[in-house]
Parts: sequence; C-alpha cells; structure tokens
Amino acid sequence: MLEVTGLEVAYGAIRAVRGIDLRVGQGEIVALLGPNGAGKSSTLMAIMGVVPPRAGRIRLEGRDVSGLAPEALVRAGMALVPEGRRIFAPLTVTENLVVAAPPGRRRSELAADLEEMHALFPVLAERRTQQAGTLSGGEQQQLAIARCLMGRPRMVLLDEPSLGLAPQIVDQIFDLIAGLRDRGLTILLVEQNVDLSLEIADRGYVLVGGEMVLDGPAAALAASEGVERAFLGLSGA
Amino acid sequence: MDLLFQNLVNALSLGGIYALLALGLALVFSIMGLINFAHGELMTITAYGLILGAGLGLPFGAAVILGVALAGLAAMAMERIAFRPVRGASAATLLLTSFAVSAVLQVLFQNLIAARPLPVAVPRALAGTLDLGGLRVGVLPLATILGTGILLAALALVLRRTRVGIAMRAAAIDFQMTRLVGIRADAVIAAAFGLSGLLAGIAAVFWVAQRGSVDPMMGFLPVLKAFIAVIVGGLGSLSGAVVGAFLLAFIEVGLRALLPPELLPYREALALALIILVLLVRPQGLFGRRETVR
Repeated sequence: MLEVTGLEVAYGAIRAVRGIDLRVGQGEIVALLGPNGAGKSSTLMAIMGVVPPRAGRIRLEGRDVSGLAPEALVRAGMALVPEGRRIFAPLTVTENLVVAAPPGRRRSELAADLEEMHALFPVLAERRTQQAGTLSGGEQQQLAIARCLMGRPRMVLLDEPSLGLAPQIVDQIFDLIAGLRDRGLTILLVEQNVDLSLEIADRGYVLVGGEMVLDGPAAALAASEGVERAFLGLSGA
Repeated sequence: MDLLFQNLVNALSLGGIYALLALGLALVFSIMGLINFAHGELMTITAYGLILGAGLGLPFGAAVILGVALAGLAAMAMERIAFRPVRGASAATLLLTSFAVSAVLQVLFQNLIAARPLPVAVPRALAGTLDLGGLRVGVLPLATILGTGILLAALALVLRRTRVGIAMRAAAIDFQMTRLVGIRADAVIAAAFGLSGLLAGIAAVFWVAQRGSVDPMMGFLPVLKAFIAVIVGGLGSLSGAVVGAFLLAFIEVGLRALLPPELLPYREALALALIILVLLVRPQGLFGRRETVR
C-alpha cells in the first residue's frame, strides 16, 4: 500500500530522518515507535508532502507520489490526523467535517457522509453545532479522525493520537483505530505509547535518532527487550 | 439632533467603506500572511473602470459592474504574477513585494492613463438629499450604508453557509491543515484574492462617488486607514477587521464634529493617538489571538 525508501529529511544542518525504509501492507496497522525527537513526525510530514524530503521515494499503491502537494496526496487516497489534532477550533463540528469533503461531492452524498460520521462517532452528532474548540480532548481527537475520513482515504497516517488524553479515553481511541482497520483502512500509527500500539498493530518499526533500529511483527517487538533499550537511547539494540 | 444624526450617518458610511477594505486585507493576510499594500491600486483600477465604462457609453450600473469586475480580476492577476512566486517567504519579503506591485501600478497609471486627477461622472441622483421625517440625509451616504451593510451581510452568509466560504475561514485559521484535508492551496488563495478585489472595487465606487475624481495615488489613503482598522481589530480576525473599521470611522467623524476649530488640523494625529491607546491596552488588537504572528 505505502512504500517509503531512502527517506531523508533535514532542517538546515539538522538531519531529522537519515535514510529510512518503511512499508505498510494493504489492511495493516503498522506502528512507528520511537522516543521524542526520533524523527517520527518528520517522517509523516515528509510522506504527506508538508516537508520536502532531501532524498527518498514514496509510493502509494505502486504509484510514485514523491513530491506531490498535500492536497494532491489527499485526493490520491491518503489522510493525516496530525499531532495535536489541529481541528479548526472556531468552526463548528459540522463545519470541520464539511470542509474536508472533496470539492466534487454532491449535497446528498455529503449529507450521507455526515450521517455516517455521526453513526461512527455519536458524540459528534450531539455536538454538531458546537464550536470545535469547546470539545474535550478525546472528542477533538474523534473529530480529527472523522474529519480525515470525510475524504474517504484508503491510507491513514495518525500522529500521536493518544497525546494528552486521559488513560480511559486513550483506550477508547485505540479501539477506534483498530475499528478503522476492520473497515478496510490501512494505518500507519506514530506513537509514544508503545504497549498499546503494539497491542493493536500488526507490525512495528522503531526509529531512534532519525534511523530505523528495529522492525518486526508486533508480538515479537512487544516481547523483545530491544524496544525498551531503544527508548533508553541504546540504539543499535 | 440633526447634526448628531448627520454625523452618525457619516460615520456609518465611512465605516462601511473601511470595513469592505479591511475585510479584504484581513482575508488575504490570514490565509497567506501577506499585508497587501497594493490593495489601494485595486480601488484606483475600479475608478478608471468607471471612466472607461462612461467612455464606452455604458449606463452607470454597467460601468460599476465593469469597474468592480476589473478590480477582482486585477487582484487575481496580482496573486498569480507577483505573490505566488514568493508564497511562503518571510513576512518582510511579502510586504516588500506588495510595495513593489503598488509602485509599479502607480507608475503605469501615471504614464499610461494620466498623472493628474480625472473627473468621474456620478449620477446626479446620488448628490441629492432625502428628507427622513424631518431629518435631512444625503443620498450617497445612505446608499453607502445600505450598500456596504447588505454586502457585509451577504459576505457573512457566504463565509458561514457555502463550502468555499467555510474553506476560506478554515484556511484563515490553519492554512497547512486546510491543505491536509484536501483543499487546493492555489484555489483558496485565488478565491481570497478575487473576493478581496471585489470588495475593494465596491468600496472604491462609494469612495469615488464622494470625491468625484481619481488620480494614480487615490487608493493609498483609504487602504492605509483600512490597514489601521485591521491592526486595531486584531490581525487575522475577520470580525475584528469590521469592528476596527467602524471604530476608526467613529473616532474620525467624532473628532471632526467635537474638536474646536483651532484643533481640527490635528484631528488625524489625535485619531491615531487614540488608536495607539487601544493598542497599548491590547497589543494583539481587539479580537486578535496572541499567536497570530508567523
């Protein structure tokens, strides 16, 4: 589904991502783990065309999408739920969803899509006319996910969806993410919450200091000490 | 009573014109971080369009449509030719680019059209006065209030109810995120410029109708005022821009009415001093968010 090869991202002299390879198969949840500053968000931003990569190729469903603008990638079937959610706080919940519908979508189809989101996220139906900024953190995260689904993506990138949420809300969000896979979506999940991520993921990668130090099936990663050592800064574990 | 009413009408009509200009400036600024000082030249283009329309023998209404459409097209052309290549550059680069566009257009007006003021014919009906139950009021200020009021209401409706309007508001809040939900950057920026051009054009019609003439520098002063209104309202806030525009107009008209004759020459300075006072209390403007600086 998604294939990243030799990706490098640099901000001036700072090399945030140093030539990584990454593959997400159709219908998989793949976790991209790593400590703070490992280059996880930079990787996602480069895949989404927000940050121009210094080197590397990105292929989506076999098609080379390197260098495309974010809006073109969205039309190609990708979507990002960004770190910090970045909902449009002064807009209403419904406006947040409507803005993410593709331009060609008819009014009746749009209404059906909104209905679907309300069924999937009942709390958003209750709050549809409320300003998005007044929602709780967990509700905002649901809105951010619903917003990305409005574009009917096939490949979803999630950046730290559990950040700043209460533990029971985090569980709820992870259930939701697992539910997205059951709807046929392919997911690349960036997280600092290693245990929960590996519970729902099929495979995982560990990124430290801009380099991929480990990868493998989620169960194997969860059982190995390598992940923990990587987080402690013992790269190459 | 009569005088108070006159002043109220004057302040509302001046505020309406400032508001149309300020909204255009705020819309473009909030989406791409550009303070477009060439906004005033869009007004000048509309005024020349009115003269062109009259020269072609068009009725005034058609000349207005021509002039306003020219401003909208000119705004989109400006974006395509001058601002798109520097999109994402620093605020200083964007600002200097807009100064350059403004200067180039002024020189073109001077050399290709006329350096001196040209008269703009306005229907005689606009110069008359109406009697509203004993209160006399000019037709033009009244038309300005009605025109700007209807336009502001229509604009609010477009921004709230239509998908392109919601996209523009979203882009004003977080432009990058708007692209990440699939909205084309080029389209939303072109729409914002086109809309700001139309607003400047309509403001220009009312402005020129009052002055009766146009010269290459005509747009500078009103856009400077609109810029002040945007700052007072809070850079990046659309409703703030409208509130700032009316506040500035009320201060200006109020000072003109209240100041003793010997102080009248200082009225602009006093108006700006009041504005500075507002900004000392609220540096981010009345409706500004502190983090709007990029």
